[in-house]
Amino acid sequence: MKAMFRNRKLFRGLQAAFLAVAVCFSIGATDATARYDKLSHQFMCSCGCGQVLGECNHVGCPASPVQLAELKVDMTNGMGDKEIMDSFAAKYGATVLAAPTTTGFNLVAWIAPFAVFLAALLGTILLVRHWSLGKKQVAEPASTPEMNAIRDRIRRETGSEGSF
Amino acid sequence: MATFGSLALLIGLALAAYNLFAGGVALRLIATGQPAPISPERLADTARRAGIAVFIAVTAAAFALVYSALTNDFSITYIMEHSNRALDVKYKFAALWSGQEGSLLLWCWLLATYGFVLRLRHKTDVKLYAYAGTIMAAIQVFFLAVINFAAPPFSLIRGDIPADGNGLNPLLQYPEMVIHPPMLYLGYVGFSVPFAFGLGALMMRYPGEKWIKITRVWTLVTWLFLTFGIFLGMHWAYAVLGWGGYWGWDPVENASFMPWLTGTAFMHSVMMQEKRGMMKSWNVWLIFSTFLLTLLGTTLTRGGLVSSVHAFAQSSIATWFYVAMGVTLAVCIFTYILQRDHLKSDHHLESLVSRESSFLFNNLVLLTACFVILWGTLFPILSEYVQGSKVTVGAPFYNRVAVPIGIFLLFLTGVGPLLPWRATSLKAVKRNFIVPSIALWVTVVVCFIFGPRPLSTWFSEAGYFYALVAFAMSASVFTAIASEFLRGAGVIAKQTGKNLAAAMYLLTRRNTRRYGGYLIHIGVVIIVVGLAGAAFNKNTEKELALHDTMSVGPYTLECVGFTQDSNANFNSDYALLDVYQNGKKQFQMAPEKRVYLASQQPQTMVAVHSVLSWDLYVVFEGTNPDTGQPIIKAFLNPLVSWIWAGVVLIVAGTFIALVPSLTPATAALRVSVPQTVHAEPVLKGGD
Repeated sequence: MKAMFRNRKLFRGLQAAFLAVAVCFSIGATDATARYDKLSHQFMCSCGCGQVLGECNHVGCPASPVQLAELKVDMTNGMGDKEIMDSFAAKYGATVLAAPTTTGFNLVAWIAPFAVFLAALLGTILLVRHWSLGKKQVAEPASTPEMNAIRDRIRRETGSEGSF
Repeated sequence: MATFGSLALLIGLALAAYNLFAGGVALRLIATGQPAPISPERLADTARRAGIAVFIAVTAAAFALVYSALTNDFSITYIMEHSNRALDVKYKFAALWSGQEGSLLLWCWLLATYGFVLRLRHKTDVKLYAYAGTIMAAIQVFFLAVINFAAPPFSLIRGDIPADGNGLNPLLQYPEMVIHPPMLYLGYVGFSVPFAFGLGALMMRYPGEKWIKITRVWTLVTWLFLTFGIFLGMHWAYAVLGWGGYWGWDPVENASFMPWLTGTAFMHSVMMQEKRGMMKSWNVWLIFSTFLLTLLGTTLTRGGLVSSVHAFAQSSIATWFYVAMGVTLAVCIFTYILQRDHLKSDHHLESLVSRESSFLFNNLVLLTACFVILWGTLFPILSEYVQGSKVTVGAPFYNRVAVPIGIFLLFLTGVGPLLPWRATSLKAVKRNFIVPSIALWVTVVVCFIFGPRPLSTWFSEAGYFYALVAFAMSASVFTAIASEFLRGAGVIAKQTGKNLAAAMYLLTRRNTRRYGGYLIHIGVVIIVVGLAGAAFNKNTEKELALHDTMSVGPYTLECVGFTQDSNANFNSDYALLDVYQNGKKQFQMAPEKRVYLASQQPQTMVAVHSVLSWDLYVVFEGTNPDTGQPIIKAFLNPLVSWIWAGVVLIVAGTFIALVPSLTPATAALRVSVPQTVHAEPVLKGGD
């Protein structure tokens, strides 16, 4: 009962902690500069340099100043993050997004790493358990009639009455 | 010189082919015991000598190319494309690896050098070295065939010979670029050696784990070169590219990181084979995968399979590499299937909480990280195949997916050394983890007190949250490793009467491998702290007139001049900035932008002032064409110097691990105590 109570307390504590973290995570940065910085890191520069838009530093880059200005205008016009991302993708193509979206086949890009990790983790745990259980089984002394007969014979011959 | 170089390469290929053929025949004759007109041992020795001669031939070819660069021989296309008269001598030397053909020649030369050393040391185990030498010869045949037929470095210019060359890519005209590629290549190419030994040992059903002991130094040195090469590349990216970062998850960066991950996994899991005869199949496949990933990395770098900012050298040689990877994989699978009964484990894991288990999880995490990077690198191709359109998989993807995996790995870095081999009790685990747990929570509290406010900031931004976890885990892992080391040193000090410093030295000498490993782990922890600092980066950009100021963090930058300069190689614009802290002038910085004359390519030269807590990183972005005034971007990058300090510790730790441990007899001589004092509980854990 005491253990159950303790477990329930622990469970509630964990619930509260989880809720607190979830609440904290749900609080997004609302500052415009932070949002601009964050969004500029969600896009690639379209000049072909392969750099993230917010970090493109080519002197005289023909693309990044235009894209960054466009981003500012979109933000000023009150567009949401998703709207801006859709608008950029429509204008520059899907490769302008610095990471795959979470829709359609692109979702596979996000799921596969965690799925592989979890499968490998589970597989490893099961394997270790299987090995350690197997070891225990092997270690246990056999108690077949033949083995019991041998044990009795050894006891008689050595005069030992202690158990193995 | 071109004819001499081409001839040397052709001779090298012929010698390597002979090494492969004669070596293969000799090994077959030895294995089957068939009678032959020539003694198989003598045939194997001629093959070995041919392998040694390959080194001489390829060295001659490499010399020919460097000589051509130094003497401005623009009749050779490669020299014309990657050098010019005004280029500094050290960069002319670096021209050897600045393009496709030259870097493949460097690859061949390093491979020949490794092969040369391997073949000279054949007396260690003649038969195993003969197998490894023959496999190395097969790899050499492939690379020499590529540079003889697909990417010849000595092809001549058609038509008139130009008076000057195109010059070296400006990005490569930086001191670190003189050593970064050779280091990286030493790492890449070096994995051929443990691969050759692993495959050879499997082919000949080599008894026991001796082949792992033989290849240990090779693997460790190779791993060190690869690690050092990767970090030199990071430092180069930080100091030259001018975007304020050091790792962009570019496919080429990923290509170097993947074999590093599997190689690191291999170095950990071979310990299980050495100590307990476990994981034999796993280890063989780890080294096979590492070698295959080095080939894949080369394909990614050069084949144009994926787009990359490092696309210095794209061509159609990818097909050659696909074939090489296919053949290698087929040989590995075939050999494994044929000999798999030789790889049965002597023992199995006995407990989920044990050193073996931690190695297993460490391998799991390293390989998952490798999969994530491979997946992210190749997903654009997969997406194009499935959806008909490419997508970009950039830094945001990796930061979200790879960072949690990295943190889990950090956790294992601390936990692993605390667990004994085979099994342990829960009580012992608790005892070992009390101090690290305290360190973890103290760090969290310290971060909350001195870090950003309000506290919810730590949780509202993923970057801050990961940084908090990384700081706390790092403190915990550092404490775990340090307390374990100090506990051991304490026991030695008590036994011998030496002071703690002397005891720490003696403890390390007694098991260099273990404590070298500890130092490497501490280096990793320090690097993680440095990486976590990136969550707090700040930057600001401003056009500065004379005596205008801009602020970033605690610094105020005042523009005290901007001017131009030129030399035979480049023209440059630069600004002079006085830097103030708390109203006092501290130092001056001069960020620069160059335009190289031969290539007409611009290049930033970043000004960096580095202290323990942060880097002030200033970039000359350009000049406003209307006002002629410089546009300056200033970054405050916290804890970056920790990354470089961590690398120094990793290098030091690897060197310690390479030093042979004192044998018990020598150790006893060093300790002036009666021989009865022999109990070393802390050393029993092994590596």
